[in-house]
Amino acid sequence: MDDLLREFLTETNESLDTVDVELVKFEQEPNNARILDNIFRLVHTIKGTCGFLGLPRLEALAHAAETLMGKFREGTAVTEEAVSLVLQTIDRIKGILAELEANEGEEPKGEDRDLISVLEAMAMAEAPKKEPPKKDKKETAGTLVAQVLERELRPGEVSLDELERAFRETAVEVEIPADGPAAEEAAAPAPVGIDFARVAAEIEARMKQASPDDKLGKAKASAEDGEAEAEAKSEKGSVSSQSIRVNVETLEHLMTMVSELVLTRNQLLEIVRRHEDSEFKVPLQRLSNVTAELQEGVMKTRMQPIGNAWQKLPRIVRDLAQELNKQIELEMIGADTELDRQVLELIKDPLTHMVRNSADHGLERPDDRRKAGKTEKGTIRLAAYHEGGHIIIEIADDGRGLNLDRIKQKIVENGLASEAELEKMTEGQIYKYIFAPGFSTAAKVTSVSGRGVGMDVVRTNIETIGGTVDLKSVQGKGTTFTIKIPLTLAIVSTLIVESCGDRFAIPQLSVVELVRVQNNSEHRIERIKDTPVLRLRNKLLPLVPLAGLLKVEVSAEKSEDEGFIVVMQVGNVTFGLVVDGVFHTEEIVVKPMSKMLRHITMFSGNTILGDGSVIMIVDPNGVASAIGTAVATDALDAHADADAARGVDNDAKISMLLFRAGSPEPKAVPLSLVTRLEEFEIEKIEHSNGRDLVQYRGSLMPLVYPNYDVRRREEGTQPMLVFSDSGRSMGLVVDEIVDIVEESLNIQVGSDVPGVLGSAVIKGKATEILDIGHYLPLAFEDWFKRKEISSAALTRKLLFIDDSAFFRNMLGPVMKAAGFDVTVCASATEAMRLLGEGAAFDVIVSDIEMPVVNGFEFAEMLRRDARFRTTPIIALSALCTPASIERGRQSGFDEYVAKFDRPGLIAALKEITSADFGIAA
Amino acid sequence: MTATSHTPGAAANDSHSGQIQYVTVIIGGQLFGLPIHKVHDVFVPESMTRVPLSAPEVAGVLNLRGRIVTAINMRRRLGLPQREGNHGIMAVGIEYRGESYGLIIDEVGEVLNLDAAGREANPANLDPRWAEISGGVHRLSGQLMVILDVERVLGRMHGDLAA
Repeated sequence: MDDLLREFLTETNESLDTVDVELVKFEQEPNNARILDNIFRLVHTIKGTCGFLGLPRLEALAHAAETLMGKFREGTAVTEEAVSLVLQTIDRIKGILAELEANEGEEPKGEDRDLISVLEAMAMAEAPKKEPPKKDKKETAGTLVAQVLERELRPGEVSLDELERAFRETAVEVEIPADGPAAEEAAAPAPVGIDFARVAAEIEARMKQASPDDKLGKAKASAEDGEAEAEAKSEKGSVSSQSIRVNVETLEHLMTMVSELVLTRNQLLEIVRRHEDSEFKVPLQRLSNVTAELQEGVMKTRMQPIGNAWQKLPRIVRDLAQELNKQIELEMIGADTELDRQVLELIKDPLTHMVRNSADHGLERPDDRRKAGKTEKGTIRLAAYHEGGHIIIEIADDGRGLNLDRIKQKIVENGLASEAELEKMTEGQIYKYIFAPGFSTAAKVTSVSGRGVGMDVVRTNIETIGGTVDLKSVQGKGTTFTIKIPLTLAIVSTLIVESCGDRFAIPQLSVVELVRVQNNSEHRIERIKDTPVLRLRNKLLPLVPLAGLLKVEVSAEKSEDEGFIVVMQVGNVTFGLVVDGVFHTEEIVVKPMSKMLRHITMFSGNTILGDGSVIMIVDPNGVASAIGTAVATDALDAHADADAARGVDNDAKISMLLFRAGSPEPKAVPLSLVTRLEEFEIEKIEHSNGRDLVQYRGSLMPLVYPNYDVRRREEGTQPMLVFSDSGRSMGLVVDEIVDIVEESLNIQVGSDVPGVLGSAVIKGKATEILDIGHYLPLAFEDWFKRKEISSAALTRKLLFIDDSAFFRNMLGPVMKAAGFDVTVCASATEAMRLLGEGAAFDVIVSDIEMPVVNGFEFAEMLRRDARFRTTPIIALSALCTPASIERGRQSGFDEYVAKFDRPGLIAALKEITSADFGIAA
Repeated sequence: MTATSHTPGAAANDSHSGQIQYVTVIIGGQLFGLPIHKVHDVFVPESMTRVPLSAPEVAGVLNLRGRIVTAINMRRRLGLPQREGNHGIMAVGIEYRGESYGLIIDEVGEVLNLDAAGREANPANLDPRWAEISGGVHRLSGQLMVILDVERVLGRMHGDLAA
C-alpha cells in the first residue's frame, strides 16, 4: 500500500469519527450552520480525495451523502431519517475503508446502489420544495436571527441585517459567489446608499482569520456563512501547522529506549553513591536531570485526551436512543483529561459497554420517567478527572437505579450466596454482585446488552490494567460507576519486599498498608486450625505467606510469626501477604516476561532495579485468585462500610500522622498533606550551600528541620515526611514517626509560634499541630509564589468562610499566597453580615459543613440576591460524593473542591478568575 | 562480563560451501556444538534471580546489558546431575522468537569448522531426552560432538508449558 493511501486511510478514519459526532450534534441543533459546514467539508474532502486516488465506490457514496447534505445547507428541514441515512452511509464508507486497508489498497467489489438511490431519492424529494429562489430560503432559514454585531453600531455603519438585505438584492444578478471575498465584491457595486466600505472592511477583517486555502470552493451566499466558516477555520488552522504525525511504533520504541536510559541512570547513581567525592557526581547529576526531563517529555507524547475514547459514544447513544425509544442526553465532562494511549485503548471497550448498559438498563422510557416525576429526557454523564497518579472516570445516569430485589433473586438463583447471607449484607455489597461472572439482571436479552457477559468482563478488563471499578446506586435516582485507573502502564510504583532471600516487587496500587508482626507485639499472627489470620482493627484478616504461595522452601530456623504483612486489596478481596522484609518503594518500568515464564500467574512481569538485578513483579490479581475470591469479601466490605459510615456520621474526623521531633511531646500533621514517608541513610544526606539536601527521585530535595532540637542522627537512617507539590519535594526531618490516627481535630489552644497552628488532643494527649504552610517556603522560597499567581488575581478580593480554625489557618495563607486579598469569616452569618454591610468580593470560598447555616443554604441565599448572582462561589467540603457535588451545583456553587485538595482549590480559583478575565477582555 | 561476540551471518557463507561453524560447549563432560549463527554471545551470568513456580529447567532471570535474559540450566534440561563443587559458570546467549535466553553450560570450547556432510543421525538408542534436542552427531578425532538444536531445546519447553 503506498504512503498516500495509508495517509488517506488514517485521515479519513479520523474525519469519519468526527462526522459521527458532529452529525449527532447536528440532529439536535439543525439550525447550526457551523456544524453543518464542518460535516459538509469533511465529507467533501473524502469525496475529493477518493476521486483523486481512484476509489469510485467511495466517491459515489460520499457524493450522494454530500448532495443530501447540500440540501440541508440550502435550508431543507433536517429529519431524523435523513440523519440516520447519512450515518448509515458513513458506516458503509467505514466498512469499505476497513476492507481497503485489509486488502492493501484494493477497493472491495460491491454495489451501493441501494444506499445511493435512497440518498438521491431523499435529496430529490426535498428538491422541488427548494426550487424557489434561494434568497427566499435565506429569509426563512432564520439567518436573520443570529445577526448581532456584539457592539453598538457606530455612526455611518450599517447593521448586518441591512447588509444582508443588500446582499440579497445584489446577489440576484450575480451567480452565487464562489467564496467570501467574492461575496464582498458582489456587494461593492450595490447602488444602495449605505456606507459599505466600512462594512466590507469589517467582513474582510473577519475573512482574514480564515485560512487562505479554501480549496473546497464552497458556495457562500451570505456574509453570515463566511463568518461561521472563518470561526471554524481559525479554531483549527493554528493547531494543524504545529503538529506532525508520528508512527505509534516509533513512539513506543522511543519510550522503551528512554525507560532503558532511566534504568541505566539509576544504576550509575547507585554506583556513584558508593564512592565519596567521585568526579562523576556533577555530570551524573546533570545526566540525571536531563533523563528525568526526557522521560517526562516522552511520556507526554504518549498522552492522549480521554475524549478520543469517547468519540464514538454520542453516535452509539443516539442509535441506542432510537432503537430503545428513549430520549437520552450524553454529557461529557473533562474530555481533555489526558492519559497514556495504551491505557486509553484498553478502557475504550469497557467504557462503551458501560454507557450502553446505562442507556439500556439504567434509563427508563419517557413515559416511565414522566410517571416518576422526572424529565422525559434521561441523562448519562461521563466525567473524567485526575486524582493523584490516577484518572477517575465516572459514568452516571439519572435512571431507575439498580433493582435490589432482582439482584438478590439472581444471586440466589445462581447460587452465589444464600438468602440468609444476603440478609446480612448491605446494599453496597449486594450491588457488587453485578460484577460476578455471568450475572445479568436484564429481564429480557436485548440486542443491546443483557447477554450476561457484561460487567464481569468490564471489571476484568479494568483490573488487568491495574484499575478498580466501584458503583453507587440509589433506587429511582440513578447509578454511578467510578473507574480508577493508573495514568500510565509503562512506569509503576512498587514496594520492594523480601521473602526467603529473594526480592519481589508489589505494585503500590494494591497495597493498602503495612503491618509489622512480632510474637510479643500488639499485632501478632494467630491461627485458626492452620490458617493464619491477623486481628486488624477488630477485623480478621486472612494471611498468606508469600513464600508459601510461590512454593519457595522455607528454611527451618526462621520464625513464621515474625515479619511484615503487606495488606493488599484486589477488587473486593482484602488479604495480608506475609513477607520477611520490606525495603523501599521504587518506580519501575515493567518489562514483559519471557514466554517461558508467562504461564506463572503469580507474576505480571519483571524489571531491572537500580542496582542492576532483575526482580519479579508480583501480580496482585494472580495472588488474589490463588487465594480464592471467597475468602475475604466480607472482611473488605465490612471495612468499606465502616469507612462509609464514618464518612457520613462524622465528617470532622481526619487522619493525622503523629511523630516526634525535638521534644518528647507528639506532633501531628494531617496525613493527606503528606506525600510519602521516607527514611534516608545518613550518608545520603548531603550538605550544600548551607542546607541539607538528599537526592530524591532524580532531583535534590531540601530538608527542613521543624526546630533546632531535632536529633541529627550520626548513623543509621533519618526518618522524614516528604511533601510534594507540582514536581517539588521537601523533606521535613523528624525523630520518629509514631502512628497514624483518625481523630476529630479540634485545635483548643492557638499558638503564636511560627510553624505551629496550635494544640489539640489526639489519642488523649496534647499534641502540637504543625503548620506545613510555614515550612514549605523554607524549602523553596517561592513555593507558593509560582505559576499560581496571575496578575489579574493579585487585586482580587476573596471571602473565605470556614467554621474550623484549623482550615482557616491552613487554607487562608494558601489563598493569600496565590495572590488573593483574603477576608476570613468563621460562619456564614458573619459573612452575610459583612456582605450586608456592602463589602464586595470577586470570589467566595465557603465550607459546606457548618453549624447554623450550612454552605448549601448560604449559597442559595447568595444566589437569590441580584448582587451576588454572578459572583463565583467555590464549595469546600470534606465530603465529596457525587450526590453532594450535585447538591452543591443545585445550590449555585460554581466549583466543588475537597478540603485537602489544595492544588484543586488553587486550580479552581485560577480557572474562575481567568474565566472572568476572559469575559472582560 | 566476558563476552566473545561473534557476528551472526558468517555461518551462512560457510554452510554454502558445505562447511558449518560450531561453537563447542561442554556439559557434563560431553561435547556439544551450537551452529555459530545461533549464538549471540558467551557470558558469565551474574546475580541471577530465581523465578519461583517456573519449570525446573529455568535457572532464573538475569540482566545482560539492560536486557532481561531467561537462563536455562542445560544440565537439568539434559537430565544430568547437578555439578559438584565450586565452579564458575558460563552461559551461551541465544535469541529465540524475539526473546533472549542464556544456556548455562559448564565450559566453552573452541570454534570448529565442520563439513556438513560429516553429520550423522542420532543413534537409535540415544536417551530420548537427548535425542529430542539433538540435531545429529559429528565424529571428531577422539570424541563425538552432539549438535544442539536450539529450536528444539527451547521450543519443546515452550510447547510443554503451553500444553
